[in-house]
Amino acid sequence: MAIAERTPLVEMRNIDVAFGGVHAVRDVTIDLNAGEVVGLVGGNGAGKSTLMRVLSGAHPADAGEIRVDGEVVVIKNPRDAKVFNIETIYQTLALADNIDAPGNLFLGRELLTRWGTLDESSMEDATRKIMGRLNPNFKNFATPVVSLSGGQRQAVAIARAVHFNARIMIMDEPTAALGPAETNQVRNLIRQLKDEGIGIFLISHDIHDVFDLSDRISVMYHGQIVDTVQKGDVTPDDVLGMIILGKKPGEVTEKELAQLELRA
Amino acid sequence: MTNVADAAPVPGQIEPPARPSIRGMLAQTEIDLRLFGMVLALGVILVVFHIASGGKLIQPNNMITLAVQAAGIAIIATGMVLIIVSRNIDLSVGSVVGLVAMSYALLMTDWFPDILGLGPDTPFLWALALALGIGIGAAIGAIQGFIIAYIGVPSFIVTLGGLLTIRGLVWYQSQGAAVNGLDPTFLLIGGGAQGSVGEVLTWALAVAGCLAIFAIIANGRRQRRRYGFPVRPVWAEIALIVVGCGAVLGIAWFANNNFWPQGLANRVAVEQGWGPAPEGGWRIPTGFPLPIVLLIGVTLVMTWMATRRRFGRFVYAYGGNPDAAELAGINTRLTILKTYVLMGILCALAAAIVSARLNGSTLDIGQSYELYVIAAAVVGGTSFAGGIGTIPGAVLGAFVMQSLAYGLSFIGVNSPGQNVVAGLVLIVAVGLDTINRRRGS
Repeated sequence: MAIAERTPLVEMRNIDVAFGGVHAVRDVTIDLNAGEVVGLVGGNGAGKSTLMRVLSGAHPADAGEIRVDGEVVVIKNPRDAKVFNIETIYQTLALADNIDAPGNLFLGRELLTRWGTLDESSMEDATRKIMGRLNPNFKNFATPVVSLSGGQRQAVAIARAVHFNARIMIMDEPTAALGPAETNQVRNLIRQLKDEGIGIFLISHDIHDVFDLSDRISVMYHGQIVDTVQKGDVTPDDVLGMIILGKKPGEVTEKELAQLELRA
Repeated sequence: MTNVADAAPVPGQIEPPARPSIRGMLAQTEIDLRLFGMVLALGVILVVFHIASGGKLIQPNNMITLAVQAAGIAIIATGMVLIIVSRNIDLSVGSVVGLVAMSYALLMTDWFPDILGLGPDTPFLWALALALGIGIGAAIGAIQGFIIAYIGVPSFIVTLGGLLTIRGLVWYQSQGAAVNGLDPTFLLIGGGAQGSVGEVLTWALAVAGCLAIFAIIANGRRQRRRYGFPVRPVWAEIALIVVGCGAVLGIAWFANNNFWPQGLANRVAVEQGWGPAPEGGWRIPTGFPLPIVLLIGVTLVMTWMATRRRFGRFVYAYGGNPDAAELAGINTRLTILKTYVLMGILCALAAAIVSARLNGSTLDIGQSYELYVIAAAVVGGTSFAGGIGTIPGAVLGAFVMQSLAYGLSFIGVNSPGQNVVAGLVLIVAVGLDTINRRRGS
């Protein structure tokens, strides 16, 4: 029998992560297709960020396997992840504050002249080109990024991922630190990236962000996946119920629902 | 009424020239204001002590002595910048200088002749000693760097331990004795009349420096033009070239107004058969002493490494945000290890200067260098918060510290008094940095 479904871009199977005796992620299986946004939601400490840190190489898994294009891969550190075109936009904005935008964009992957020195001009040129596409108002190419606004800094982080041909992008609360206008800018950016065929894992607390941008939604609760649903099959309230109670919509009792209403 | 929006420049239009103010004009030259301020401070210190000493301080021979004394501190300070920028510290530099200086002395007096059978006439003995000393410095740096970067012991503890341990080892090297009598060629590294490059080479170096300034500015402009980036106004470029070249040529002229001591000149004249001394005695300009030439070379190489090499970029990125550097895939541990190896090499170079000046080594060579070196880096704008600091700034900082010490000794303040001032300057410099940072955030 032919395999009907295409191979997912990424599959994480039976992933386990424990910190001491605490299971932060327990037997989680999740996948992502090209040109798809999968929203990853859950309460604080549900294990979303830990799961994504495994994929980005920032933290090793204790058990389970990762497949990219169906092939089992080993990701031990952030360098490994970049080899498979997995790029991460961190919640904490992983930028070196004291270095300018081109320096941050090429951090760890600097362009060099034939003398082996940093090719600042080429890096600035490439940064100007990509920022012209992502954020045309961006003008501060020579100042340390500490002086930039949250949205501009996020744009630098996203530009970094885009420039290095990310196929799989992990976005951990990409709009958490931003104002409304900047949030919109980032949302448009995410749609643009999706249209270019990039697969995106979107971690967010903002249920509107998730419903607005995702194709599928995976809900985590106490380190486990409650369910992965098509966006069209559920309402925001269903998802909220899953986040808070850790149960699928059908399994929720009348009593629990009443409590939920009360809390809301 | 104008508001901020009105004042903002329209894209594509050239900004109207701001009201000509000194601050505005300085900004257009894009000079580092902090460096500029330090040059001024250095000038003020020298002038104050010049006046306090009754107009005796600012003379070529005094300034050259001061510069040679500052050279060792300045060379080590260039490495301390990278260590502090990457959020570490090295308290062991003084002891490493002591150990390597004693090694040079023992190599040339005992080990070469007794163990390797190399007599004093062996050519390049000085180079062999220097190479071995640099190797020892690098090895000590590698051991300390490994413990700090790969085992994770705080650098403060590792190098504090190093300060004691290595100083103790110096005693065992010579069983507590001072050692004298180095290779005559090696002695030239310490400067003095014969260890200076002379009039012609001094002018040649100065002219090369001017050409380099011109080339760097012209090349930078061409590069930015090629990519269509904004460039400095032409007058600012010309002003930079004129001031830069003027300073370089002025310093060369000053150094060439320092002359060989008569006694030495007469002795060498007899040895070399120069004939009778001219009327008024020999007037042979010394020009730049070798320690200063070495310092200039070290400053250029270290600045190049810090600003133009990936290694330097990694050091600054790690200092700015260790997590970001790690997540960007930088091998941060190896980067930290390298900063300590580099530091060991720089200590070995400084040790060559001091031991050559002494024609040997004693037990306490390099003592309290850590204080002067850290003070030089911090006075020069290196921040303990990490990620911020420049090599030229630290070199200037070393000159500020040494000018204070030299100026104080010149007006008769003893060495404990100089220590009091140096310690206070260190605290004030770090204090100002802390206040500055708090106000900035």
